[in-house]
Amino acid sequence: MIEDEFDAIVIGAGMSGNAAAYTMASRGLKVLQLERGEYPGSKNVQGAIMYANMLEEIIPDFRDDAPLERHLVEQRLWVMDDSSHTGIHYRSDDFNEAKPNRYTIIRAQFDKWFSRKVREAGATVLCETTVTELVHDAKGKVIGVRTDRAGGAIYADVIVLAEGVCGLLGTRGGLRKMLKPEAVALAVKEMHFLPEEVIEQRFGLKGDEGCVIEAVGTTSRGMAGLGFLYTNKESISLGIGCLVSDFAATMESPYVLLDALKSHPSIRPLIAGSEVKEYAAHLIPEGGYKAIPQLFGDGWVVVGDAAQLNNAVHREGSNLAMTSGRIAAEAIVKVKSRNGPMTKRNLALYKQMLDRSFVLKDLRKYKDMPALLHTNSSNFFTTYPRLMSQAAQNFMRVDGTPKIEKEKATTAAFIKARSRWGLVSDAVRLAFAWR
Amino acid sequence: MTIPVTKSRVEDKLYQNRYLVDPGRPHIKVRPHERPSANLLALTRVCPAKCYELNDKGQVEITPDGCMECGTCRILCETAGEIEWNYPRGGFGVLFKFG
Ligand SMILES: Cc1cc2nc3c(=O)[nH]c(=O)nc-3n(C[C@H](O)[C@H](O)[C@H](O)COP(=O)(O)OP(=O)(O)OC[C@H]3O[C@@H](n4cnc5c(N)ncnc54)[C@H](O)[C@@H]3O)c2cc1C
Ligand code: SF4
Repeated sequence: MIEDEFDAIVIGAGMSGNAAAYTMASRGLKVLQLERGEYPGSKNVQGAIMYANMLEEIIPDFRDDAPLERHLVEQRLWVMDDSSHTGIHYRSDDFNEAKPNRYTIIRAQFDKWFSRKVREAGATVLCETTVTELVHDAKGKVIGVRTDRAGGAIYADVIVLAEGVCGLLGTRGGLRKMLKPEAVALAVKEMHFLPEEVIEQRFGLKGDEGCVIEAVGTTSRGMAGLGFLYTNKESISLGIGCLVSDFAATMESPYVLLDALKSHPSIRPLIAGSEVKEYAAHLIPEGGYKAIPQLFGDGWVVVGDAAQLNNAVHREGSNLAMTSGRIAAEAIVKVKSRNGPMTKRNLALYKQMLDRSFVLKDLRKYKDMPALLHTNSSNFFTTYPRLMSQAAQNFMRVDGTPKIEKEKATTAAFIKARSRWGLVSDAVRLAFAWR
Repeated sequence: MTIPVTKSRVEDKLYQNRYLVDPGRPHIKVRPHERPSANLLALTRVCPAKCYELNDKGQVEITPDGCMECGTCRILCETAGEIEWNYPRGGFGVLFKFG
C-alpha cells in the first residue's frame, strides 16, 4: 500500500485527530491520517454541542461552510424527579451575535466536512483502515504503525494517537492503563426527527436559534448520570449516560433508562410525533484530571478522549479534543522547525503548552469532582432531586397551610433524608470539589 | 405519579441503524466458562445493543451483529480475560449516519 515515510501519522479522524492533521498539514508537514470507519464520523457519537472558539483557532472562517445545526440561545439545567423538573433556564438575545459561541452539530456530517478541510490542507487521509499495532525500534521508540490492510508497516517521525476513548493501541502498547469502570460513562442516544417549524414552536425559537436541556435526577435511577436533549435543525438528539461502574453494579439497561426518559412527563411532549432514525452508544471519559495518563513519549503523543481530556462537569469534550490536537501539532511543528528529533524530551513541549491552556487548567479545577460524584451518587442523583421537587411543590401549592409550617416541613424533610451532619458534609465537599 | 413502564425493545432501536457485518469474523468473543463472573453476567443487561445473552446452561454468549463498538464490555471484562475484544476490520461494523 503506502510505501512512503511521513513526518507524522495521525491515528483517528475524530475531533482531535482532524485538528492535529489539519494543523500539521497546513504548516507544510507530510501527514498521513488513518481512520477505521468507512468515512470520518461513521464511528463517532456526540450530543452534540460544538464550541466555536476552539474551532475558530484552527479554521477561522469555518462558519462559511461547516454543517452547523443551530446556535444556542437558551440552556436549561434541570433537576428531575419522577413527575417533575425544577430548573434554571438561561436565555439571552446576546447569543444572537454575528459570530455565535456554541452550535449544535451532527457528528457524522461535521467530521466529513472537517476531513475535507484536512485533505485540502494537504494531508493524505485513508479510511476503512484499522491500525492494529504500533511499531517500535530496538530502543522502544515508536517509529510507525501496522494496519489491517495488505502491506507492511508505515513509518513516520512521530505518531499522534487520536484514537478516542477506547484507546486500544495505547492501552495494548503499554503507553497507558486500561480505563477503570468508574472513570468512564456509557451514553445512549437517539435521533428524533421533526419538522423544523415544530421544533421552533415547541422551544420558542426562530431561524437558526437553538435550545438545549441537561438534566440530572431520578431518571438515572441512583446512578451518577446525566440526561440531555439538544435541538438540531430538523431533529432532536436525546440521550442519557451513567458511569459504567454504576451500570455494572445496578444491572440497569441503558435502553430502559432512555425509554423512561422519553416517557417522562417533562420530556414526552417535546418529542411527541417524532420519527427515530438512529440509536447510538458511546463511552465518555469521566475520570477527570487524576485519570490523565502520560501524554507523550519517544515518537508519540496522545490527544483528545484517548488522553481522558474531558470536562464532565461542563459537558465539554470536543473542544478539549480539538485544542489538544492543535497544541500537539504546534509542538511537533516547533520541534521539527529546529530540526529536533521526536524524542520524549522534545515532545514534552506539548505537555508544557497544554498546561498553559484552558484544557489542563479547567480539569485541574475539578480534580476532586469525579470521586465525589462516584461515591455519593445516590444522594446527588436521587435524594436531593426528590427533596428539591418536594420543596418546590410545597412552596408553590396554596392549600391553607401556614407558610411557617411549610418551611418547617421542608427543612425537616432535608434533615430526615440526610441528617444535619450529612447536609453540611455534602455541601462542604461539593464546595471544595468546585473550588 | 410513577413513570409508565414501557417495554424496551432494543431490536427495534437497532433496526434503524446501518451496519456492514463482516461474515464469519466476529470481533468480540466470550471465553468458554462454567459460570459467568458478576461483570460478565451484568453485560446481559448493560450492553446497549443486548449482544450478550444467557444460554440455558447459565453461560453467557455473544452475537455481536448489533454491536455499536462502544467498548463497555471491554472495560468490564477484558482485563480478567473473560472476553476478547477487537475493532472490526476497517470499514466494517456500525456505520453511524448521524452519530
Ligand atoms: C453521547 C455523547 C455526548 C457528548 N456531548 C458532547 C457535547 O455536547 N459537547 C462536547 O464538546 N463533547 C461532547 N461529547 C464528547 C466528545 O464527543 C468527545 O470528547 C470527542 O468526540 C473526542 O474527540 P476525539 O477525536 O478524541 O475522539 P473521537 O471523536 O472518538 O475520534 C476517534 C477516532 O479514531 C478512530 N480510531 C480509533 N481507533 C482506531 C484505530 N485503531 N485505527 C484507525 N482509526 C481508529 C475512530 O474511528 C474515531 O474516528 C459527547 C460524547 C458522547 C458520547
Ligand atoms: S462494545 Fe458495546 S455494544 Fe458492543 S458488545 Fe460490547 S457493550 Fe455491547
